[in-house]
Amino acid sequence: MSIPSLPYSRILLAYAGWWVIWFIELSVVLVQYGFDWNTALVDALVTQSVFALAGYTINSSMHAYQPSGKHALYVLGWSIALAALCVVVQRAMLNQFLGDVPSYASFLNSSLWIRGAFGWLMIMLIAVLTWFWVYVKDRQESEQRKNEAIRLTREAELTNLRQQLQPHFLFNSLNSISALVMVKPEQARTMVQQLSDFLRGTIRKDDKALVSLEEELHHLQLYLDIEKVRFGHRLITVIECSPEVNQLKLPSLILQPVVENAIKFGLYDTTGTITITLRGELDNNMLKVEVTNPFDESTAARTGTGFGLASVQRRLDLLFMRNDLLGTSKNSGTFVTTLRIPQSA
Amino acid sequence: MTSVILIDDEPLARSIVREYLNHHSDFRIIGECGDGFEGVKEISQKKPDLIFLDIQMPKINGFEMLEILENPPGVIFTTAFDEYAMQAFERHAIDYLLKPFSKERFDKALSKWKSMTTAEKESTSSLISSISQPEERHRIVVKKGSNLVIVPVHSIFYLEAFDDYIKVHTRDGFYLKKQTMSHYEKTLDPSQFIRIHRSFIINLQELTRIEPMTKDTHVALLKSGVRVQLSQAGYARLKEVLGI
Repeated sequence: MSIPSLPYSRILLAYAGWWVIWFIELSVVLVQYGFDWNTALVDALVTQSVFALAGYTINSSMHAYQPSGKHALYVLGWSIALAALCVVVQRAMLNQFLGDVPSYASFLNSSLWIRGAFGWLMIMLIAVLTWFWVYVKDRQESEQRKNEAIRLTREAELTNLRQQLQPHFLFNSLNSISALVMVKPEQARTMVQQLSDFLRGTIRKDDKALVSLEEELHHLQLYLDIEKVRFGHRLITVIECSPEVNQLKLPSLILQPVVENAIKFGLYDTTGTITITLRGELDNNMLKVEVTNPFDESTAARTGTGFGLASVQRRLDLLFMRNDLLGTSKNSGTFVTTLRIPQSA
Repeated sequence: MTSVILIDDEPLARSIVREYLNHHSDFRIIGECGDGFEGVKEISQKKPDLIFLDIQMPKINGFEMLEILENPPGVIFTTAFDEYAMQAFERHAIDYLLKPFSKERFDKALSKWKSMTTAEKESTSSLISSISQPEERHRIVVKKGSNLVIVPVHSIFYLEAFDDYIKVHTRDGFYLKKQTMSHYEKTLDPSQFIRIHRSFIINLQELTRIEPMTKDTHVALLKSGVRVQLSQAGYARLKEVLGI
């Protein structure tokens, strides 16, 4: 249920219009009853203006209160008092203006109860409408606040997940640079630049923005270049992606943790040279990326997929509302991590 | 003259230590290794006085490597970032270098090592084996002859106290490991491994039956057919874990 947000002036106009209708109605009734037009119009004008004012009063007083059972009782009492007050004021005013019209005074006195009942009904109607209005408005606002809170948490979580840079990687890279400074200053400088470009890439990106595989691979290459300085003698990487596949989209920085996991898994599980393969292809309107690393079945007592993959899984879950986009499989000494990224049509 | 072996899987990380050591004529590098397996071999053969040791390495980590050495040499750890290990070092007052480290910090570690007495140097390595590491929840590294064997904990039938050693019983027979029962009681998953006797910890996966032996003693029958004696406290513990 939603309430269109009308400007205040239009609401007032509608309210006035409503009372004009009742004013006309009462005038006609009084003329039918036998009074002349002049008397009927004055009576109707005084009566309905006072009621309109009373309605406005109860409406404004209710905006300050949260609708609740306790307040319902309060509104009931308030509306009866207002109706009674209206009748007293109307009687005084009408006697003043129309006291010398023949037979009007006795008509007025005999119709006081009817007037009071009508006024009370009107005031109650306005009160109920106001109560309903305030209630729905309140619900809408709290719904909005809730949605906003959910959106903020989601964004914070995404940022958090994306920025899970392994401190190991950073400190070990700095250590490598420290070593290179003496033996190969040129290469030390190159590595500082690569590390800077890589770090810049991790802080610049928008969490939800999709980038092309080509861009993502470019950033990944910076990471791989650094890892090769550290493990150059043991690490070989192969990337197989056709030019068409390169244009497919995926969330930024999603590949690096997957490859980092594969490298760690491969390097710490075996002692020889390892080859990490990354293969991208279009499969059923999805970008499918397979990252393969060797592992030793006899010694791999590792359980689970580790934090690296858990955070990738969570990110995909938040971005695509699906939890089946990341998979792993083992066969004869190779560990395969498969990512599937839905492509919008 | 102090003989030194460098153990780190990153060649550049070793080269820094090598460079810094060049300034100390009383230290001589007699070997370099890229993983823990090599490290065990080199240390047993060349018997260095001191090693520089990285923690995160292929196959077995630095702690596991130290555990299986018969007479471990003095150790200075070099590591990038490992909150867990750092806590352990601080507790045991072992010196460690956080990568990247300066020459001054390195020299300080060397003088600290030099000022330690022989007894202190020996005690550090035995302290190290009491450090419980996260890997131990998943695997135990043992030595069989000159080979290293990595035993995944799920393949363990039961552990048995044997003098100063522990017998790790698996499908492929048992391995000896210099460690204490209380260490494994603490480090192994307590919902999986139950100490049922002063001398026995069993893998719950292997348990098939509990049988009475005498009026108030019991034995546990394992899948492998082995009968393991339960103490009264052990029987109570087992019943609690099984919820009976």
